[in-house]
Amino acid sequence: MSHHTHEHGHDHEHGHGRNDLAVFQHGRPPVDRSAIQGWGADLDRKNRPAYPMERMPQRLDAPLTQPDQQPQHVEVLVSPERPHMTPLFGSPQPPSGLSGMLRRAAFRSTENDVRHWLLLLLADRVNVVEGLAEDLARGHVPNIFAEMGIKAEWEHNRVGLAKKVAVAAAVAGVGYYLLKRRSER
Amino acid sequence: MLAMNYRGPYRVRADHKPDPVIEHPGDAIVRVTRSCICGSDLHLYHGLVPDTRVGTTFGHEFVGIVEEVGSGVTKLKVGDHVLVPFNVFCGSCFFCQRELYGNCHNTNPQASAVGGIYGYSHTAGGYDGGQAEFVRVPMADVGPTVIPADLHEDDAVLLTDALPTGYQAAEMGDIAEGDTVVVFGAGPVGIFAAKSAWLMGAGRVIVVDHVEYRLDFVRRYAQCEVINFREVDDMALHIKKMTDWLGADVCIDAVGCEAAGNAMQTIAGPYTMLQAGSATALHWCINSVRKGGNVSIVGVYGPTFNAVPIGNALNKGLTLRMNQASVKRHLPRLIEHIQAGRIDPKQIITHRVPLEEVADAYHIFSSKLDNCIKTVLIPPSARQTRAVAATALN
Repeated sequence: MSHHTHEHGHDHEHGHGRNDLAVFQHGRPPVDRSAIQGWGADLDRKNRPAYPMERMPQRLDAPLTQPDQQPQHVEVLVSPERPHMTPLFGSPQPPSGLSGMLRRAAFRSTENDVRHWLLLLLADRVNVVEGLAEDLARGHVPNIFAEMGIKAEWEHNRVGLAKKVAVAAAVAGVGYYLLKRRSER
Repeated sequence: MLAMNYRGPYRVRADHKPDPVIEHPGDAIVRVTRSCICGSDLHLYHGLVPDTRVGTTFGHEFVGIVEEVGSGVTKLKVGDHVLVPFNVFCGSCFFCQRELYGNCHNTNPQASAVGGIYGYSHTAGGYDGGQAEFVRVPMADVGPTVIPADLHEDDAVLLTDALPTGYQAAEMGDIAEGDTVVVFGAGPVGIFAAKSAWLMGAGRVIVVDHVEYRLDFVRRYAQCEVINFREVDDMALHIKKMTDWLGADVCIDAVGCEAAGNAMQTIAGPYTMLQAGSATALHWCINSVRKGGNVSIVGVYGPTFNAVPIGNALNKGLTLRMNQASVKRHLPRLIEHIQAGRIDPKQIITHRVPLEEVADAYHIFSSKLDNCIKTVLIPPSARQTRAVAATALN
């Protein structure tokens, strides 16, 4: 990046005050603004998309009525902090199994309650095990290494992969040794 | 259809799933031609966002062709080529009327704090996302924007989230002429925030990260100064030194809940989940900005407790602004910027990957391998269509 110097080329067209203070504060020459494509195009706040504000008429040509209610075919959990079903919602992955029970329990407390989030995180972990069981139940043995992107690791980070394998082998080795020692005792 | 399928932390795959269907008169089905992996998808991928259910398809940055519309759709037509803002929003509720499309009250029954987001857990409404061949797009007359003929599809896909989020980050910083702006995070959003800061008249833009290739990229792309925080003893002190001991005028947190740089934060955050992610970047923002300065937050944090130095923010008289980007509000101006050549978003795309290789794509992006800045996923149906079109041309 090139810079104007203080002696020549300092652009004063933008006035004094803030700009001069900025230069003084930082003890460095100002940036060559002409080298930056579009510099200051949105300096005037009217060129910014503006802070959120209610406009009449609305900026979007959207109906001011409540959208129609989406038919509900699956269980959807609802936050106690807005206890009515929204007109629109996502329907995939309805709660099911043990993770579903945990999620239902989570939704008995509000978003303001930390138990809500911790129960959901617990449900997520239980759900991972359920996902493995579901895969196996339909005869699919998941290739966990492929799912974790082992091919990319092999292509782009062989040293890192070797280290991880070495650490895993060491941990497994130590574990095996400890177990063996206990069984020999 | 083929779709990305979340199986658990660090585990995803491309799977066959049922095609989405029209569930509401205002819905459309969009055939995806490109989708991106976003930095905030990594928070889901790492299992940090509550209510991320196994089987979910991620992807809130996508463009595509309208394949089918519901009976209530009047403006959008089958065949329209659209970019779809990452927010699912109605356009008519209390919040949408105030242009807070990221906070729509009609699209997420499962949380009141956030509106609906495609492919972003049930905490954000439970919608499947666009890392798939097809996606259900609710309120099709309101959300999607038809891509202008002269706009490149790669630019369009970056207008669905990354660029508007970076732009809104800069805007929320309320940058005045000559301001010194520090952006924490050199991912796509940080890169676009730095670029936008110049558009808003910044006098100096500094970007902080710890990955050298990302710093090299942002230095070239956004013509800014860079700091590798691994080479700095104390971040706030360093910024103070650089700013004649006053601090930056504006600090932007474009990192969120997986910030590196502080072991205690990392242990309390991502490792043990005692708080909603490590708030290191947020600490640095509050402590590096000058008194009376502005802090703008677009980095995603989980919804639980966070240790934030609010006392410093009070004592310094800071203005804190933050939100999910209300993408639709920014599109007209950002399309103008692209058309005028002031910003060229597609330059940040470093990887184009078939959807079938989604697991590797996530791993590369997550582990910052192969100098990855931004990854685009291309579904097989989009590739076939292009091959057919190319054959027709020959």
